Amino acid sequence: MKTPSRRVSETDPLGTRPLTQRERWILGVLSISGVIGVWQLATGLGWINPVLLPSPLDIARAFWTSLVDGTLPQNVIASLLRVVEGFLLAFVVAVPIGVAMGLSRTLGGLFDPLLELLRPIPPIAVIPLAILWFGIGEFSKVWIIAYGAFFPILLNTMAGFREVERAQVRAAQALGANRYHIFRDVVLRSALPFVIVGARLGMSMAFIVLVAAELIASSSGLGFMISDARYKFRTDEMFLGMVCIGALGFGLNVLLRATERCLLRWKSA
Amino acid sequence: MDRMSSTGTDFTVSRAKASAIFVGDATVRYGNLEVLTSVSLEVLAGEFVCLLGPSGCGKTTLLNAIAGFIPLADGEITVDGVPVRGPGGDRGMVFQEYALFPWFTVEQNVVYGPKLRGARRAELRQIAEHYLKLVKLDGYAHCYPNQLSGGQRQRVALARALANRPGILLMDEPFGALDAMTRESLQQELLDLWQADRRTCIFVTHSVGEAAFLAEKVVVMKAHPGRIDAVLPNLSPRPRDRTSDAYFSMYRRIDAALRGQRDPVAQTEAA
Repeated sequence: MKTPSRRVSETDPLGTRPLTQRERWILGVLSISGVIGVWQLATGLGWINPVLLPSPLDIARAFWTSLVDGTLPQNVIASLLRVVEGFLLAFVVAVPIGVAMGLSRTLGGLFDPLLELLRPIPPIAVIPLAILWFGIGEFSKVWIIAYGAFFPILLNTMAGFREVERAQVRAAQALGANRYHIFRDVVLRSALPFVIVGARLGMSMAFIVLVAAELIASSSGLGFMISDARYKFRTDEMFLGMVCIGALGFGLNVLLRATERCLLRWKSA
Repeated sequence: MDRMSSTGTDFTVSRAKASAIFVGDATVRYGNLEVLTSVSLEVLAGEFVCLLGPSGCGKTTLLNAIAGFIPLADGEITVDGVPVRGPGGDRGMVFQEYALFPWFTVEQNVVYGPKLRGARRAELRQIAEHYLKLVKLDGYAHCYPNQLSGGQRQRVALARALANRPGILLMDEPFGALDAMTRESLQQELLDLWQADRRTCIFVTHSVGEAAFLAEKVVVMKAHPGRIDAVLPNLSPRPRDRTSDAYFSMYRRIDAALRGQRDPVAQTEAA
């Protein structure tokens, strides 16, 4: 571990010394608590109408009551299940297609134009169609989420399997590798980072689509919680829903990043 | 060539009689473009041959054809009498861009070939140790390639090729991406290795100095279409000295041949 020494900053004319881990933590805590503090002050002192902008304490209270009466865990689990199901469905469909399109020029040429046509359609635009096709049941939402996550995973997987370095393949061949060895030790390995990037992008897309789908047609989940709170005029619950979605997305991203670090140790070494 | 007619029982001499690689009227086309036109070349076992020429002369194409990476449109290439049908472990390869497997550690890279052939774990460890020591990288076994410098990466690539124990070592401008000082020390190390085991080597370069320093035979190539222009034997004594008259005179001869001047000692292509 290299930690920049104090002396570096003194001789650094621009003062561009990178922050240490500790300093970054301190600054992060400072900024978040600062914003919450000002927010609490502004709403607590009545500068802002608390119905439009509830105070952090109100939100914390809403968190506690909905936690105790079980509605929050229920909604979190409903959303989490959907997002994971939709994501997994997208992953198991997109990866094989991406591999095939990446490896076979014919398949790539056949499906590339189709992809280019479908890709610009925002997944949110297919929600009405999904409702028409699959109703407003659980599968409808999972399908919409899967649709959203599908393209990032597919495109990145395809790129990964297309961009295998020729010299590495040749190096393996000259060491006696057959086609299976090359696939296992070169193609798969070099495509893996792309697949993981695709999975991360797909997961964030799944989240966006999840909320949109739940806002429009649902009777559970965090998106539903937000839209339901709007009818009840409970802005504190709306904020709580937003915070929970943010926290959930953050948590899943941390999980994926940890997986990435574990699988791609050679990159960060 | 009196070296070959000597009757000694010296191993290198008796081995030097055999032809390791034979290229006969090899032609390579990319579409309508003829990148290599009717090239013929004989490389003796244990010989160190440099392919030299301007870009577009087909020196890398010729090397890749010998490696079996690209097919011939015409002609034939045989290695130890067997026609080349594709790449194989008998011809080790070192690339300019290293082409290491970045997801494997240095050790895993080095033992990749032996591992494919089913060598045991203990044996693999021995192989890694031996070849990493050979290229002066002992202690780096558990590093990943992206933790190494360019020179170190190329050492790993060399160790990886050697660890597979190929009869022939093919090198495509292996030191082209390195700085001058690293390049010179790697050239010396390569020569030391070659003099220790006299493995047949074909080395592609566009550096006259590199060819003069390394090769026993310099194959000068010309572009449009790619062909062999002259084959210059390099009999300057070893160990070679970059400041010696022999080195400079070889340098001048290669340089003259590159400019299309006739070399007094060159073997003509028809021979």
